[in-house]
Amino acid sequence: MFVFSEAAESRIEKILAKYPFKKSAMLPLLTLAQEQEGYVTPEAMIEIGKRLGASPAYVESVCTFYTMYFTKPVGKYVIKFCINISCHLNGCDNLMDYTTNKLGIQVGETTADKKFTILREECLAACSEAPVMQVNNKYYVALTPEKVDQVLAALK
Amino acid sequence: MTQILFKGIDTPNLTSIDVYEKQGGYAALAKAFAKEPDEIVEMVKASGLRGRGGAGFPCGLKWSFLAKDVFPRYLCCNSDESEPGTCKDRELLMKTPHLCIEGMILCAYACRIETAYNYIRGEFEEYGEIMDRAIAEAYERGYLGKNIMGSGFNLEMYTHMGAGAYICGEESALLTSLEGGRGEPRMKPPFPAVEGLYAKPTIVNNTETLCVIPFIVNNGPEAYAAIGTEKSKGTKLVSVSGHVNKPGNYEIVLGTPISEIIDKFAGGIRNGNKLKAFIPGGSSVPMLPADKVDTPYDYESLVAAGSMLGSGALIVMDDTTNVVAEVLRITSFYMHESCGKCTPCREGTRWMHQILLEIQNKVGKPEQLDLLTDICDNMSFKCFCPLGDAAIAPVLSSIKYFRADYEELLASAKAPVA
Ligand SMILES: Cc1cc2nc3c(=O)[nH]c(=O)nc-3n(C[C@H](O)[C@H](O)[C@H](O)COP(=O)(O)O)c2cc1C
Ligand code: SF4
Ligand code: FES
Repeated sequence: MFVFSEAAESRIEKILAKYPFKKSAMLPLLTLAQEQEGYVTPEAMIEIGKRLGASPAYVESVCTFYTMYFTKPVGKYVIKFCINISCHLNGCDNLMDYTTNKLGIQVGETTADKKFTILREECLAACSEAPVMQVNNKYYVALTPEKVDQVLAALK
Repeated sequence: MTQILFKGIDTPNLTSIDVYEKQGGYAALAKAFAKEPDEIVEMVKASGLRGRGGAGFPCGLKWSFLAKDVFPRYLCCNSDESEPGTCKDRELLMKTPHLCIEGMILCAYACRIETAYNYIRGEFEEYGEIMDRAIAEAYERGYLGKNIMGSGFNLEMYTHMGAGAYICGEESALLTSLEGGRGEPRMKPPFPAVEGLYAKPTIVNNTETLCVIPFIVNNGPEAYAAIGTEKSKGTKLVSVSGHVNKPGNYEIVLGTPISEIIDKFAGGIRNGNKLKAFIPGGSSVPMLPADKVDTPYDYESLVAAGSMLGSGALIVMDDTTNVVAEVLRITSFYMHESCGKCTPCREGTRWMHQILLEIQNKVGKPEQLDLLTDICDNMSFKCFCPLGDAAIAPVLSSIKYFRADYEELLASAKAPVA
């Protein structure tokens, strides 16, 4: 069973009011479900489908199209390194190696304490401040190994 | 230095409506409401403004293509910014959200639109929140909502966050995504102006394009048309990245030589190295060699030089670069972002990636260069949407100008085991 929290319910009301057709609330609701559970569970897809008049299969097909949705558990902090051209020209590979070594995991893996997941990301549209990473959708730019150390140390 | 979009952009707290108004913000609304909507469309046409999202389509002309007398109509501001190298809309959203809102209001008034969405890429969550706060302020001031400033014009405005998919920047995929579907492109025609969001007439414009509109309404189309070249009017935000000393977003007058953008604005090539190659308009356009660096940065000159202005992302590579490694990155991107709807793109990007990876890993074969060219030929103009053609641009242009980089890797390839 998946139940949206009370806080989520009041946001859902506002979200639905934005659109003439409720199916448009698909991405916002998937985002809310993920915020609540850490990833989008099959039960959440069923619930969202019920609300928006879509089959669970339809919701799943939408959910899996977009890279920001996880369908499996991830760490508390998801670190996404941009590996596209501008970041590559500015040494993102070394930085990612540095971080995977530091945390003792490979890209795509989660640390044993479930704190960190490291992912590769395509261009994050901050190219002139390369290399760039995001931690849970917060931007960190002009990275150096020292800066990565600082950012990770501040995450509790 | 002519600045239209970046004028005062670093003023502290420009995201607050008070500061924005002190700089003359929202002054264009009263001027617009004193005119008929069609007059605003004519002004934008006369300004020569072309779309800044990538295709460079004349903005006023697009507005005049809206299906006549069909309502409701919609406006979607395209803030999906995800073309590699491009980071200008991010700076606009982050620093001057009210400029974008003002531009959207003017567009909506001109096009008789009463509902506007700003489709913002999901990774821009922080900037979506900035935009939400700015929209709330604009409602409070009476710039949004019912009967705006007594004009009788109504407009509701919302943000809509994406969730990570480059293809959703393509306008028809954006609309499908906003309707709650997988972001797959639609057949065109019908174009969005005729049948767009919820099958209603819809304007899709890039963030930067819409941010220009207040200037045109405030200063008149002639003032805008006086800037730039004969056919490329106005200024353009150029995102300079790669091997330069001062990467950044710079507002340049169209027609400025690329050498000047690199040397004067971006502080020259890093470490005193030499320029090897540059991509003038984002990953989807052909790369060019150093000897084309004096090309003026405008739509026509870049086409004449064999590339395109695209989204305005200038990616600079110095002479330490092996171009193949960068083409591999870009191709890996297109493989990842291909929506999978049509075969030439879905399979072609994958195949090209496989070959490039082999060449890069020094297990390639010389005949693979012809194979790459052949795959490109089989994708060219045969894909459902422009992503397929975008994917071949870096491959073909790199083989054309930097064949030596490929040959170096192929020559050092280990001899195949017989
Ligand atoms: C694969 C692909 C990705 C695109 N991405 C974007 C984008 O991120 N932002 C954008 O404004 N336009 C993008 N476009 C262009 C849009 O389809 C559309 O032409 C543009 O938003 C129209 O606005 P404009 O006329 O103001 O430029 C993309 C096009 C394609 C084919
Ligand atoms: S060209 Fe690529 S992105 Fe475009 S519809 Fe075909 S598969 Fe999808
Ligand atoms: S290439 Fe890394 S942010 Fe654009």
